[in-house]
Order: sequence, then structure tokens, then C-alpha cells
Amino acid sequence: MDQVMIKNSFYEKTARARILAVVDEHSFNEILKPAEIEVSLHLSALDIPGSFDDGVIIGTARLNGTPVHIMAQEGQFMGGAVGEIHGAKIVGLLHKAIQDQTQAVVFFVDSGGVRLHEANAGLIAISEIMRAMLQVRNAGIPIITVIGGTCGAFGGMGISACLSSTIIMTEEGRLALSGPEVIETVKGVEEFDSKDRALVWRVTGGKHRYLLNHVQALVEDDIADIRDAILTQLDAKVGPLDLEQLLKQQQQLEHQYQRWFGKNDGLQIWHEMGISQPEKIPMLSAHEVVLVKQG
Amino acid sequence: MNTEVLLQQLFPHQLDYQIEGYVIKGSAQTDVGQVRILGTVNAAPINQQIAMELAGEILQLVQQKQQTPVVFIVDTQGQDLSRADELLCLNRTFAHLASCVDLLRRGGHANLAIIFGQAVSGGFLSYGLMANEVYALSDSQVKVMDLNAMARVTKIPADKLKELSQSSAIFAPGAENFYKMGAINAIWPDLETDWVSQVLLNQQHVESYLVDQRRIVGQQRQGRVLCNHIIEKVIHS
Repeated sequence: MDQVMIKNSFYEKTARARILAVVDEHSFNEILKPAEIEVSLHLSALDIPGSFDDGVIIGTARLNGTPVHIMAQEGQFMGGAVGEIHGAKIVGLLHKAIQDQTQAVVFFVDSGGVRLHEANAGLIAISEIMRAMLQVRNAGIPIITVIGGTCGAFGGMGISACLSSTIIMTEEGRLALSGPEVIETVKGVEEFDSKDRALVWRVTGGKHRYLLNHVQALVEDDIADIRDAILTQLDAKVGPLDLEQLLKQQQQLEHQYQRWFGKNDGLQIWHEMGISQPEKIPMLSAHEVVLVKQG
Repeated sequence: MNTEVLLQQLFPHQLDYQIEGYVIKGSAQTDVGQVRILGTVNAAPINQQIAMELAGEILQLVQQKQQTPVVFIVDTQGQDLSRADELLCLNRTFAHLASCVDLLRRGGHANLAIIFGQAVSGGFLSYGLMANEVYALSDSQVKVMDLNAMARVTKIPADKLKELSQSSAIFAPGAENFYKMGAINAIWPDLETDWVSQVLLNQQHVESYLVDQRRIVGQQRQGRVLCNHIIEKVIHS
């Protein structure tokens, strides 16, 4: 049984293995394969070994026959952080998606944000990713993002992820701006105890994000579940980010703020949302949490 | 120099603004007519409330359908570090703000961002870096992180980082480095010229800003030599 669970875990896989496991068999066509581009000079200048893919895999593939453009960040290489080459591969694929008029962009985000060793290039690259994602959306192409890796989606990649038309999260996934460690270092352990893993998950984890409508879907850490959730989203209709849509978003954000700002633990909000036995949420499966939300 | 003096130099004709908390809102007369002023001051730590307020103002402006040009004032130490803000997904609110600036661009509003004091990481990403053009005043600080903090996090000796920063624009703080990499259009050496009018006059063809040019500029200025080449390679693969 354990064997099967490990085999199907998204979290435990490398970026390339995640793509190969989720897309149709033999359909993945990697763009800029290892050795087709140079290894980051910025890292070698700092005596840090680079990687031939600079921590992100990009390409085209099919999902149940539907052509998609897909990219996956490798959390095991420099925390999936964005440097010059890494960012350029993502921006390139987003532009290619528009050019090819693909059906959807699928993005496995697994990143702490800007790669500090290339801080300026990384920050600008993230800004370019943001603008390119908005261009893809405004071309009518959905962006389906999955957050379920070891590094979550933080910093600039936390912002970028939220420009997707859909986010699918696992319980293990985390989505936020500043890492809890950074908040603890600057503001003190009373503000955020980063060693309290349960608290970190109640603030940044998939279940909390799903219950508060920050993301659209919550799934188990299971390849088949994730693939099903992506397939469902492939058929969903997505509107453009026009004035009407952004006014609606603005209203939702203001409403959320009025209702919940000042709380500092997901548990308090779940309780006030009227969820019975909110303290049990962390123990429930993704499917059970979905049922709780649906009432 | 303080914000008030700077604003009066930047908008020599007619200027009207209010600062509430960290948010500045106002309007001014320029050679292209009335413009809207919007942004943050005093090295704002940007939180949910500030991001929503800026986004709300932008949406109102787009709703008016007058194509009023916007001058964004950027002075931010980055995002506010707070659990209450993170609990409500601060990054998502920043993404919303960024989408609003993009809508402004697509709606044909000329716009630029001026870095007054600081422009740091997430706070800079959320609106300043989304503007059509970004300008910096000569004593402004643009960065992701100080070199000393960077040394602590990356475990690379600060001396080594300092030495490398002499020859590379890639990681060290400084508006000059962001200029080389294509993210800052120019650093204004003085405020004797009416720069704002000049920039806005040059933005008459707002459609040309729909395409992000930063990677090309970064390559021309030799600050980012790989990025444009790789993007082209991917597009043509």
C-alpha cells in the first residue's frame, strides 16, 4: 500500500517526472532540452554548480488528446527560485503558447520566488512572467496552475500563481507572499512561529486557501487526482480579465477584508464560517474538506 | 529631499494631492493635460489595505473612460510582513493590483512610475514594475535585498558579493543596475526639466507599450545578455 502511495505522489516527484506522470503517454515534447542552452554563468561566478535546465522544464504535451503547453519548476534545484535563464524559459513558453494558440497552459509552480544569487534579473524576470501570463489570459487561453511541491509558491511566484485562471492545490502545497521564516526573523516569533508547522499550514496551506476561495480546487497528493482536476478545468469556461471581472474581484477582496482582517489563524476563520468542528479540518482528506465546503 | 519638495519640482504647473497613511492621491497639470497621481510614500510596507486602495482607484479611473494618464509614485520597502495579511493571501491581492495596472495599460491610459525613495521586491512588483515606463530619482534605492542580508541567506561571504557586484549588475542593489537590465527607463539626474510632461508626450502611441520591451532593452544595455536570446529560442522552437 505504501509503495503505491509513494508511486502516485506528486510531491515526491521531480519536475520532469511530474510532467511525464500527468500528461498523455509519449506526448511530452521538451523545449530546450538539457545541453541546448548554457548553464547559468551567474551561479558559476559564485562557485555554485548550475543545472542544465536551470530548474524549470518546459514543453508541449497532450492531456486526453488536448494540446497544452506545460512547465514545471524543480523545487530541488535552488528552491525552484527564478533566475535569468529560468525566468526566460517560462516567459518564452508563455509567448509560444499565444503564438501556437494552444488550448491551455499548465504550470506546476514549485518556487520560493526570486533567486537571490541573481536577484535583479530574477525580480525583473518575475515581472516579465506576470505580464506574459496576463497576455496569455487576455488571448483567451486559460492558465491552470498546480501547487503541490516541496517549495510551495512564495514571493514573486506566489503573486504570479494568482494570475492563473485556476489554481489547483494539494494539502501539502503552500501559497503566500513572505515565507514564515522571513516574518519570524524580522517581526519576531510572536508574529509567526515558523517552526509551528501546523500553524504554517493553517495560514498558507491548501485547505485554508481552498476554504477561503483563494484557489479553485483542492485535491489529494495523487497524480490521478491532479490529472482529473486539470482535465475538469480544461473544459471550464474562463472569461477575460476585463473591467467587469476586476471590479468583481475588487469587491470580493474588500468583502473578505471587512469580514476577516485581524484574524491570525485559519482556525478562527473556519470556526466563524460556521464549519462544525473546524479543529478537525487538518485531519480530513482533501475530498472530505471539499464536502465540508459544499455544506 | 522630502516628498513635498520633490512633487512640486516634478509637477511645476499645478499640483493638488493628499497623503493619508502611506497612500498618496492627487492630480496635476502637465503638457498633455490633467494627470492622476497615485502611489505610496514614506517607504510604505504594502499590506492588503494599501493594495486594495490603489487597485480601487485604478478601476475607478478606467471606469471613467477618459484615458487619464497616471503617474505612479513608488516608495515602498516591500510587502508588509504580517500573519494577518498572509492569512488573507496578500500575494493574491498584489496579483489583483498588478492586473488592474495592466487593465489601465490596455485601456489606453499613458502611465509611468517614478521611484522616489525605495523600490523593494514584492511592493515594486505589484504596481511600479507593471507601469509602461519606470523612472528613478538619482538618490532612490532599488533592490531585492541588502548585500549583507543576501550574504546571510545565501551563505556567500559579503566580501565576495561586494567584489562581484563591481563587475555584475545581476544581483547588487542599485537603480543603475536595474537600468542596465532594462527595468528602469532612465535615472533623472536633476528635476530642472519637466520630465513628466516629456515622458507623457512620448507616450502618445500607447499601443506600443502592449508589448513588454524590457528584455530587448536589457540586452541592448548588456545587463541581461541571455534572457532575450533564450526567449526567442523558445518561441521559435
